[in-house]
Amino acid sequence: MKRLISKLLKISILLLSFSAFAETQAQQVEVRVLDFETFEPLLHKNNDTIYVINFWASWCVPCIKELPDFEKLNAKYADKNFKMILVSLDFKSALDSKLIPFIAEKGLKAAVLLLHAPDANAWINRVDPSWSGAIPASLIYKNEFRLFHEGGYTFSELDKIIKPLINLKQ
Amino acid sequence: MKKSIFLLLFVLSFSITLMAQGYKVGDKAQDFELMNIDGNTISMADYPDAKGFIVIFTCNHCPYSIAYEGRKIALAKKFAPLGYPVIAINPNDSTIVPQDSYSNMVKRAAEKDFPYPYLLDADQSVFQQYGATRTPHVYLLNKESGNLIVRYIGAIDNNYENAKKASEHYVEAAIEALLHGQNPDPEFTKAIGCSIKIKKS
Repeated sequence: MKRLISKLLKISILLLSFSAFAETQAQQVEVRVLDFETFEPLLHKNNDTIYVINFWASWCVPCIKELPDFEKLNAKYADKNFKMILVSLDFKSALDSKLIPFIAEKGLKAAVLLLHAPDANAWINRVDPSWSGAIPASLIYKNEFRLFHEGGYTFSELDKIIKPLINLKQ
Repeated sequence: MKKSIFLLLFVLSFSITLMAQGYKVGDKAQDFELMNIDGNTISMADYPDAKGFIVIFTCNHCPYSIAYEGRKIALAKKFAPLGYPVIAINPNDSTIVPQDSYSNMVKRAAEKDFPYPYLLDADQSVFQQYGATRTPHVYLLNKESGNLIVRYIGAIDNNYENAKKASEHYVEAAIEALLHGQNPDPEFTKAIGCSIKIKKS
């Protein structure tokens, strides 16, 4: 009996600490806020790593629809030379009230940063000249390979692009 | 290496085809006939005295469109009396975004007392003809020898988040230029916006 009680106690402590852990996880969502100048180098790394840069916002319906596919891709290539950055174009004023709770709720694993650059005409062409500015939009690159796409992606579309890139050498 | 160059070329040619769609500055714009929020249809031909039009593809749900609502109203109030009325057009398919339905447009216009017509591009042909890709997306048209010529395409100003912090007022400056017989500079700008929601076929 005593042993059973102590066992139950141990389990409940474990459960409690786990829920506390989950809670702190939510509170620990950190989103860096960058201006375009600080952000731009992330578009031009030359280090044999595949970069998947997705421009989105928490209120953008088609963006949210494709997020699980991006997360799945991120999980699949986690142990490869692969880096995903979800670039939020949410308003900076909505960072704490909307974006961070959204990331916590969805449990997003990919890195999220907020690009605070309201003078968009000054930088859209520097991401890609074919971009009209509509979101979602994604840039996939590795060294000199570059593919920009305005619009959504499914997991299989993404995977088809990433697979051959994994072994692509300069 | 060869492969990546090939891919790059492919991507570039693809981008160029995309960019070639819709109107460019200098093109002749077509009139349209679309349902307004009062139940009547509206064409640009209904404004024989206008010198031109500020055609804005916009909608209810998009935060960028909402952020620009006050600025659209201000443009209408300032420039309609000078001969350049605002015509707002919602290009979105409401089966994808219910907030952008016709009845929600009527509601929104009443709440905000829009001083301009707010039209529904029900079959989504007008935005495709113009080449709009996002909301808000402005096409400034100028009447020249009976034709409507596209003179500016792009954003209203250079700060979507905060009107007070905008330092370039593109549409205002473009109309001022036209009123002085000059071509706008810049005549084309880009902006972040919500993609236009196209009906699934």
